[in-house]
Amino acid sequence: MKVLVCIKQVPDMESRFKVNGSGDWYDEADLAYRMNEYDEYAVEQAVQLKEQLGDAPDVTVLSIGPDRVGDALKKALAMGCDRAVHVQDPDSCRKDPWQIADIIASFAKGKDFDVIFTGMQSQDRGSAQVGVTVAERLGHNCTTTLVGFGFADGVITAKRELEGGLKSVVKVPLPALVTCQLGLNVPRYPTLPNIMKAKKKEFVTVPAAELLTEQPAVATEKLYPPVKSGSAVVLEGDLAQVADRLLGILKEKTTVVK
Amino acid sequence: MKALLVCEQREGKILDTSYELVAFADRLGAEKVMVLVGKEAPKVDGKVYLADVDKFGEYNPDLHKQVVLEAIQKENPDYVVFVHSSYGWDLAPRVAAALKVGQVSEVVNIVDGKFELALCNAKLRRTVSPKGARAVLTVQAGAFNAVEASGSAQVEAIEVAGSSQLQFVGYEPAEKKDVDLGRAEIIVSAGRGVGKKENVAIIAELAKAFGGELGASRPVVDAGWVAHSHQVGTTGQTVSPKLYVACGISGAIQHLAGMKKSDFIVAINKDKDAPISEAADVMVVADVLQLAPVLMEKLRAA
Repeated sequence: MKVLVCIKQVPDMESRFKVNGSGDWYDEADLAYRMNEYDEYAVEQAVQLKEQLGDAPDVTVLSIGPDRVGDALKKALAMGCDRAVHVQDPDSCRKDPWQIADIIASFAKGKDFDVIFTGMQSQDRGSAQVGVTVAERLGHNCTTTLVGFGFADGVITAKRELEGGLKSVVKVPLPALVTCQLGLNVPRYPTLPNIMKAKKKEFVTVPAAELLTEQPAVATEKLYPPVKSGSAVVLEGDLAQVADRLLGILKEKTTVVK
Repeated sequence: MKALLVCEQREGKILDTSYELVAFADRLGAEKVMVLVGKEAPKVDGKVYLADVDKFGEYNPDLHKQVVLEAIQKENPDYVVFVHSSYGWDLAPRVAAALKVGQVSEVVNIVDGKFELALCNAKLRRTVSPKGARAVLTVQAGAFNAVEASGSAQVEAIEVAGSSQLQFVGYEPAEKKDVDLGRAEIIVSAGRGVGKKENVAIIAELAKAFGGELGASRPVVDAGWVAHSHQVGTTGQTVSPKLYVACGISGAIQHLAGMKKSDFIVAINKDKDAPISEAADVMVVADVLQLAPVLMEKLRAA
């Protein structure tokens, strides 16, 4: 069995974001990057599937971006993936989901991956498109938003998270692509011995230009911080005074604080 | 300009978000046509293509894609619009891929004819425009106020061939709730900013001092700090209490969608610019772990 996991490296969402000079993306300087949280669940599920099947599946992890994404790939190798593919693209932030999916599909075409895992979305863009589009391009069966994963006899039993706490169960025969929701599993921390072992694993680089065949389908016009409505009353300073003022406001404006 | 609206149902019941699509099309100034895999058409004026859910499945994106493509063929719309939901984000990219057109995900507004999106936990916004003559859109749930469900549709049945290997097994009901946030008048919610599991007890105590219930944001639930029954947001519960106090919650879109209709919102956060401030009536810039004991003492003394 051959397994592919697609991961993205994203800025820490707790960061303060600034618009870049050309006004079309955020300034990447001074940001700390990490593996997209959704993709950590994808990597963990791929490794768990490998373990379930007696180590037989070969797990490739792929990421697109500048040199820094090597860190995310190394983490995935230390979590248990077998080999890494870094699609080098210093300008990946300007590729739209259609092109990112195109690059992945071009890479995966003809390689007969039985199962492909992706996160259900990225934390920065959140388009939730790339995984499904890759599946369509490859003709794989696909379902999304997994919070449960089972595999037996060539069929994935997927538990999907719907709205309001409802879930649904879908059976998906291979070849299949599934997108992973937060909470699907408990992503492992790489141990020191596994980090050392990961250094010896295969790590291939491919220029994005060799895989990209599509023009962008959507253009970003402008990026900007949200316009502050400024309607919130801001309280800060001495805690006792803040507490008094807050309770005063609540007594006046609500009927539930007396 | 014409928009094909892909409505959504669950077990025979039309979802309210379908009426938000109508509101979106009105904002866009587009002529509307609807398509639905279901049992009966939504209560709207205009044409509705209806595919029988017994034949096309409660959930079967391969077959539903064929239904939507058939409606597109008949109507030749400029936009094909879905709700950004577990149904919409699953189906929309399949339709976009089949049409080889761009998709714009989770539209929150229309600004000067461009689609506005939020990114990086709503800390940034951007406007985009699709390049081709046609585009697929998904619209953020709650971003456009639903129109009233009234009107009578002109229904046309849709029949189309298709095959799929997917098998929908069924729904699994939500876990039994130990708390009904939907009925609570006051909710005090804990977010990732409370720091660690042990600190949730302080927020729970604060909730009690207010005479309310404990809520939580998704990361706190995923980390196992609080049970899922307390989760507020699109994948948890949508609430509208008289008072909502968000403690250490930055304000991800999914959380805001679940609580922004509360009568009065207080956010307590160390970061004055956290996106939650957009929804808040009062923004308290403080460490909630330090403020909570002071507040509790005053509430108990009152």
